[in-house]
Amino acid sequence: MTQTAAVARPVVATRSPVKLKFVLGGLLIVGAIIFLIASTLANTAQYFYSVDEIKARGGSLAGSNLRASGAVIGETITYDPETLTITFEMAHIPVDDAKLNEAGGLALVLHNAVIDPSAQRLTVVVHNQPLPDLLKNEAQAIVTGTMGEDGKFYAEELLLKCPTRYDEAVPAQAEGGQ
Amino acid sequence: MLAYLGYLSLVLALGATFYAALMAGVSIWEARGPRAARRAAGIDPATLESARRAAFLALPLLTLAALSLIAMLVTEQYQVAYVADVTSSSMPIYLRVTALWGGQAGSLLFWAWLMSAFTGTVMLRKWEADRELMPVVIVVTMITLGFFIGLTVFFENPFVLLWQTRAGEVVQAMFQPAGTLALVPADGRGLNPLLRHPGMIIHPPMLYLGFVGFVIPYAFAMAALFYRRVDTQWIKTTRRWTLTGWLFLSLGLILGGRWAYDVLGWGGYWGWDPVENASLIPWLTATAFLHSVMIQEKRGMLKKWNMVLIILTYALVIFGTFLTRSGVLSSVHAFAQSAIGPAFFTFIGVTFVASMVLLFREWDHLSSETQFEGLLSRESAFLLNNLLFVAITASVFWGTVFPMISEIFTGQKITVGPPFYNQVTGPQFAALVLLMGVAPLLAWRKSSAQQLGRQILIPFVASLVLVAVLFAFGITNPGALFGFWISAFVAGTTLLEFYRGTAARMRTTGENALVALSTLMARNRRRYGGYTIHLGVILITIGVVGTTFYQEETQGRLRLGEQLTLGRYVMVYTGLDEFEVDDGRIVARASVEVYRDGQMLGELYPRRDYYIESQQPMTIPGVRSAVEDDFYVLLVEWESVGADAATFKIYVNPLVNWIWAGGLVFIVGTLVAAWPESEPRRRVVLANAPARA
Repeated sequence: MTQTAAVARPVVATRSPVKLKFVLGGLLIVGAIIFLIASTLANTAQYFYSVDEIKARGGSLAGSNLRASGAVIGETITYDPETLTITFEMAHIPVDDAKLNEAGGLALVLHNAVIDPSAQRLTVVVHNQPLPDLLKNEAQAIVTGTMGEDGKFYAEELLLKCPTRYDEAVPAQAEGGQ
Repeated sequence: MLAYLGYLSLVLALGATFYAALMAGVSIWEARGPRAARRAAGIDPATLESARRAAFLALPLLTLAALSLIAMLVTEQYQVAYVADVTSSSMPIYLRVTALWGGQAGSLLFWAWLMSAFTGTVMLRKWEADRELMPVVIVVTMITLGFFIGLTVFFENPFVLLWQTRAGEVVQAMFQPAGTLALVPADGRGLNPLLRHPGMIIHPPMLYLGFVGFVIPYAFAMAALFYRRVDTQWIKTTRRWTLTGWLFLSLGLILGGRWAYDVLGWGGYWGWDPVENASLIPWLTATAFLHSVMIQEKRGMLKKWNMVLIILTYALVIFGTFLTRSGVLSSVHAFAQSAIGPAFFTFIGVTFVASMVLLFREWDHLSSETQFEGLLSRESAFLLNNLLFVAITASVFWGTVFPMISEIFTGQKITVGPPFYNQVTGPQFAALVLLMGVAPLLAWRKSSAQQLGRQILIPFVASLVLVAVLFAFGITNPGALFGFWISAFVAGTTLLEFYRGTAARMRTTGENALVALSTLMARNRRRYGGYTIHLGVILITIGVVGTTFYQEETQGRLRLGEQLTLGRYVMVYTGLDEFEVDDGRIVARASVEVYRDGQMLGELYPRRDYYIESQQPMTIPGVRSAVEDDFYVLLVEWESVGADAATFKIYVNPLVNWIWAGGLVFIVGTLVAAWPESEPRRRVVLANAPARA
């Protein structure tokens, strides 16, 4: 590229450095943005675990930022309106969509997880949040936060999905807070 | 019966699109051969006319299908599974009409219907100027439309009926299965309460119109590639279509934010939810496209790039629809798991590969007519603008699909949340806004630094003074200061452009300021419409900076007469009512008095609606809006008996209304840019142009 520019007519020779500057500038910007994406991803990525996986890893997860999903057990939901603290237990369900479908769909999996006394359960604590409209028995909870030393999951964000009501249509989910 | 009429229209519409695509294909086949021969032979008018009529026919047929469904929704025909799913007898008529897009099957039909309105209009307009392109335009639009109609016919039929076997089992089928009786439920399940909001009534149609609008420029681009007519004609023909699609997509995004703010009760308007991202991504590439076509029109450059952008926009529109509907991602908007996922994936793959093949076949003919001359020029500013738009697209896309990709490659689902998007796109958006202030000042071909320096001197100094003042008033967050500085600087350079143009006109024509400004804008609609859009973006930026850096929140449990303080605000709990409304809600409504600096501002009524039939509560905030901030209160919990204590959560969202105001300015700017030019010479041409949908 530079060689042809050197031997070519003057018109081309004056043009090429401009083109080179464009390419270099573009590459620099693209590189910076890729670096930005990669480094932010490394800092903010959250691993998605099932209740079984969290229980199996025990204390090794304490303090790390992660996401977990499970079936809400209705009778364990408590809410302290003074401190706006929600606590509830959720039972293990598979994280994998394929496994969910194999087991008969989300609604059935949630139902079975809640009535199965041998399913592993994880206690979730959510501070400073209104009680979400969709938090009820057999809802799927997707929580984002950290594992505490005490084996409880401290969630900053709580997403809920209730497939039994609106299994065919419409947004079957609302955010519990941001 | 209406269900059969609707279904029959759907099937016929599918047949019409198939026939139109086939006949258009035949006319392409007949006219094949080298260019000269093709021109001599021409396209057989009869074949093409037949294709055109069939393509138009999809519009009345889909209208009939949609109207049948609406009629059944309104008249409570619960034997139709879809009607039973999304309506109930307690819903008012207007909500029953909007239930057309409240569920998967109905909204797919609605999508197809809106698209047929666009394609139908294309078929109706006089198309002498683009006659040569039309066969391919018909093939592309009819395949896309046929795909969506096919989804409703084969996978998500909105007209399917409910039947019951003797054993009591419920079956869904179009025609009565043997040994069953018609099942007519006494009442339906009702529309999801979250969708019972005015914002929700217009937000989906706007987004859909935006989505389907981009099919038209895409189809013309493909036709231009196919016929090797890669000049700028296709861009000129589709400019207004592109702007219309873009206008609706922008409206959809703004209204979606407003709906989230009013209904979802978390004090925010944008949550980087996968489906929000899915509608933002095509908007970003479309915005890049709108900018970069200007270089092609002015300088004959970036032809390949424009093709890539319109192909990407189309693919991302379909991809966005796929994300929303396949249930592959967990989201506020997600429809349940559905069988249409693989069909979508195949369609996206096939159209994308076909587009790329066409593009690479023509690669050498798409060379630029001119070269970049200076690093500091309007062209390079546009180039940087495009680079940033595409980089933001890539960032958001990557974050959205990352859970799927990580699961495929590592078996471990890894997700990213709002912090990722904010940190990655924040600096890129900031750079883009800054560029927005400088780019219009740069000359085509080459600018000098001195020239630019002279032009930006006043806004630059003024914006620095403003930042100093803000700092003196206690705004010390570096991010916020930087955001306000950019906004002030860009507002300054943009307003100065209006001022310069107006002043020049006043000097030469002697008009007064108002007349000069309006004539200036009317004569240069694209340019000043664009600048108006930029002003809207600045207002939105100010709002985003305010809410991002200065949102405050607190909560507390109050007895009657007790108060809660947040910043300058004091809120007093004065009462609670519980009552039943005849549309099936039990409402708990609190009354609170809001004071600022000791001054009473008024009463607010945050409430919780409990929908009896769907057993779902819905939290509606009480909001007091002002230019400087919103006071936003949620009723969290209350004691039913005695009602003397309740828990509230309150937010103060500074400058949030600037976002909505900016949205309005943005839309006005787009209308100015898209409005037909008024000179008589051009009116003749435009009388044949498509009506704005």
